[in-house]
Amino acid sequence: MMRFIVRRLGMVVLMFILVSMLIFGATQVLPGDVTTMVLGRFASQQAREALRTELGLDRPLPVQYGAWLGDFVRGNWGISVSMAGTDVRQMVFQRLLNSLKLALVGLLMFALPGIVLGVVAGIRRNSWLDNVLSIGSLAFIGLPEFVTGLLLMTLFALQLHWLPASSQVFAGTSFLGVLPKLILPGMTVALTSLAYVIRMTRASTVEVMKTDYLRTARLKGLPPHKVLFGHVLRNALLPTVTVIAVSIGWLVGGLIITESLFGYPGLGRLVLFAIQRRDLPLIQATTMLIVVINMLANLVADIIYAYLNPQIRY
Amino acid sequence: MDPTRSKGAVLSIADLSIEYRTERGRLPVVRHATLDIDQQQSLGLVGESGSGKTTLAMGALRYLPENGRIVGGTVYLRGTDLASLSPAGLRHVWGDQVGIVYQNALGALNPSLTIGRQLREMGTLHLDLGKRDAYRLAREMLIKVAMPDPDTVLRRYPHQLSGGMLQRCVIAMALITEPSLLIMDEPTTALDVTTQAVVLDLVRELKREFQAAILYITHDLGVVARICDRIAVMYAGEIVETATTRELFKHPGHPYSLSLLGCMPHFDLAAEKRTLVTIPGSILSVDALPPGCIFAPRCRFAVGECEAAPPPLVEIGAGHSCACYRWQEVPPPEVDVREETRMIGTRGAGAAAGEVLLLADDVRVLLKASGRSLELRRQKARVHAVDGISALIRPGETLGLVGESGSGKTTFARAIVGLTRRSGGEVVLRGRRLERAVEKRPKDVVREIQMVFQNPDASLNPRHTVGEEIGRPLSLLRGVRGREREQLIGELLASVNLPRDFGSRYPGELSGGEKQRVAIARACAADPALILCDEPISSLDVSVQGTLMNLLMDRQAQAGISFLFISHDLSAVEHMSDSIAVMYLGRLMELGPTAEVMRPPFHPYTEALLSALPVPDIDVVQGEIRLGGTVPSATEVPTGCRFHTRCPRCLGELCVRQEPPWQAVGPSHWIYCHISAAELTAVQVSILDGRLGLDNKAASR
Repeated sequence: MMRFIVRRLGMVVLMFILVSMLIFGATQVLPGDVTTMVLGRFASQQAREALRTELGLDRPLPVQYGAWLGDFVRGNWGISVSMAGTDVRQMVFQRLLNSLKLALVGLLMFALPGIVLGVVAGIRRNSWLDNVLSIGSLAFIGLPEFVTGLLLMTLFALQLHWLPASSQVFAGTSFLGVLPKLILPGMTVALTSLAYVIRMTRASTVEVMKTDYLRTARLKGLPPHKVLFGHVLRNALLPTVTVIAVSIGWLVGGLIITESLFGYPGLGRLVLFAIQRRDLPLIQATTMLIVVINMLANLVADIIYAYLNPQIRY
Repeated sequence: MDPTRSKGAVLSIADLSIEYRTERGRLPVVRHATLDIDQQQSLGLVGESGSGKTTLAMGALRYLPENGRIVGGTVYLRGTDLASLSPAGLRHVWGDQVGIVYQNALGALNPSLTIGRQLREMGTLHLDLGKRDAYRLAREMLIKVAMPDPDTVLRRYPHQLSGGMLQRCVIAMALITEPSLLIMDEPTTALDVTTQAVVLDLVRELKREFQAAILYITHDLGVVARICDRIAVMYAGEIVETATTRELFKHPGHPYSLSLLGCMPHFDLAAEKRTLVTIPGSILSVDALPPGCIFAPRCRFAVGECEAAPPPLVEIGAGHSCACYRWQEVPPPEVDVREETRMIGTRGAGAAAGEVLLLADDVRVLLKASGRSLELRRQKARVHAVDGISALIRPGETLGLVGESGSGKTTFARAIVGLTRRSGGEVVLRGRRLERAVEKRPKDVVREIQMVFQNPDASLNPRHTVGEEIGRPLSLLRGVRGREREQLIGELLASVNLPRDFGSRYPGELSGGEKQRVAIARACAADPALILCDEPISSLDVSVQGTLMNLLMDRQAQAGISFLFISHDLSAVEHMSDSIAVMYLGRLMELGPTAEVMRPPFHPYTEALLSALPVPDIDVVQGEIRLGGTVPSATEVPTGCRFHTRCPRCLGELCVRQEPPWQAVGPSHWIYCHISAAELTAVQVSILDGRLGLDNKAASR
């Protein structure tokens, strides 16, 4: 197991370097000039040159890349260009914290119900509950976030007034204070993934129910709950758990639409903002962070999978 | 049903009927089944696939799929009516009073739990033991089933153990609660012959030690002869005959039982090659039951009476009941075999002529090691799957190739046909050296060597009709087109006893036996001189196996085709072959004419294979040689004689250090062993002597 983790970690480092090159390269070919962004369109050539030297943009590309990567690893992520004087790292970390809160709420809202409903549907195959869930999840599976988000917002915020429509939060609010504002975006995220998790869990549960080892477990005389918890779940949840672990990456860094819809200050919206403003240091920092989170999520998924599946572990 | 009748029996099934509800309506898959098993008795439930054996056993336990239902009859287990039990009461019976051993041990164990965790469960659930005590009990039980290194095994996951070890684990699991009934559903079918023999020995011993009644489900009469006291023969959902094992083998009452005995190859080593008794037609589908006897449509003893009303199961002797009007007409098997089979050739006819069709000279094949170990994969290690094999095949003759799985039989065949490139040696066809890869061989060479694969499901394209499948070699290799092609396809289908209109069918519409016939017809379509048959009958039912062996031998007699017949089943190889090659871990151990290979002196490996073989004859005296473990990996070929790690007659140092010589035992019979032929003869038992009732020791001296 240790060897497996070490090997996967090595791959993560390799991937990190490759992706950092890609991100660096992509920001280089991005249209638009930083100096124009900072100094405006009518700045003099001299002022531009001076800024370039100051930012180190006159050095050869590999040197720039090396310096940039070194700075990034040391945590020196630079100063935002568009919001002059703000430390990028501070900005990003504050947003990251917000994103993690939303991810946690969203995850809880779809992972648990998804697994429970999927397992129940799989065990009681072709029952009325299974049919309702199948049809229901089919209806939801194709619905984009902005549609579900708008529907939820209209219903719960504008009609029933149960929850706030805007999820604007300010620094310093406690988690409990933010919680009501997280429910609607959390539900939006959950609804798009719930159907997928249910269908996936159901399919693998149905497979496990058909296996010979489940017949063995039942003919051992095990009562139904012991069959379920001792023999079904561990095998049936294997694919689901890994998918959920992978989805953490998306929950933290990929919720651009949901965050924009509810005005929630998460990482996704920060990326959007950075791109719109051509804020190179901010773009680089946010995308790098999202990449790292995704790689870690994948690593966690692999480790969980190996832990649950001895055929991989040994 | 009179409950007093069932008091003595552990399991008493009376008049049990089971239905499946399907789109086609209700299928009566088991009808009026009656059987009793007493304490310490083992009953073999025998029948071909689809006869309802497993459904009967599982239905008796009231374990049926959702669409299955018991529609009549009673089941008593130690006097308790199972129908009267609540689900919880039934769960108490399962596992505690009934232990079950399954066909596929790997599938029957949970892949993500350790063996210890799965065995422990029996003790904590049924015996009220704490986890630690239950674990200790599991360990004791593993020792009782002769498991080497039980402590390690308890910590292992199923995929880390071999098939034989897994089956021991399942047996141990079934026995932990000391059940009064043990149901064994084809427990050795998925195992190698040598492992099967070891497991069967174990079952026999356990039968003595635990006083359980055993219901042993199998299609293999050879296995039944070895371990069962009584036999119930099942056909299309009904038990057609019940008798003691001896009685059933000697005086079967039902024509179906007689045919089952006749369609299996018998060791006779006669100079003449004979056909096997076969059963025409295929097993009855239960959705179209005839008004009379269910076997009548396939029965050669049937008369008008049989088709009018179903014959009742009547007592025809002590403990012998049979559902047949004409049981008195059914002859003893030996007589029947003599009358119903015909001679189609003599063994070794080609040797006299001295011609050679194909010569394999020191053929070697290197394959990438597929071991799990990282080191091996990193070094891209290559191993000799075939390590210097020489053999020859004469025109119109069959060379049989036997060995356990992993011995390299298939790789050798693939190297000859050119699907796998050989790394050394020569393959010579009628004096012509053949290229290593089939793509480089001229068309006429490709045409001459064809192959029939083990699994016809995989070797026939599901989107091609049977006609296209057979037509391809005709047009590609023989340039036959148009009307002549259609004509030939029809003839080829007829030659494998399939109707001509099968040409427009797809493989999915055919049964396993029919698919394999199509595969044979396709091989014959090229008009080859040699067909390599790689386990062509292993996946089929016994009666279908007999029909296919007859078919192959008929093709040989008519078209003069030679075969390389690969099988792990020595009795099939003995029946088919003029000469036999015994293969172990990439190398030959013995090579010679069939009659000589099957008699002492044997190579110790041949001897072990022979004594492991379940022979469907209760008078046979077999050796008690058993091989432990499995074939070593080709990445770790043992030094000296590569068989020495498992050899029961290993001499020690000599065998460990030095490769044995090839001893010539007869004019074309060689043994690869350090022990001299005379010494081997002196200690070995011949199956044949047992059959002839001779005293073994006297005969071998």
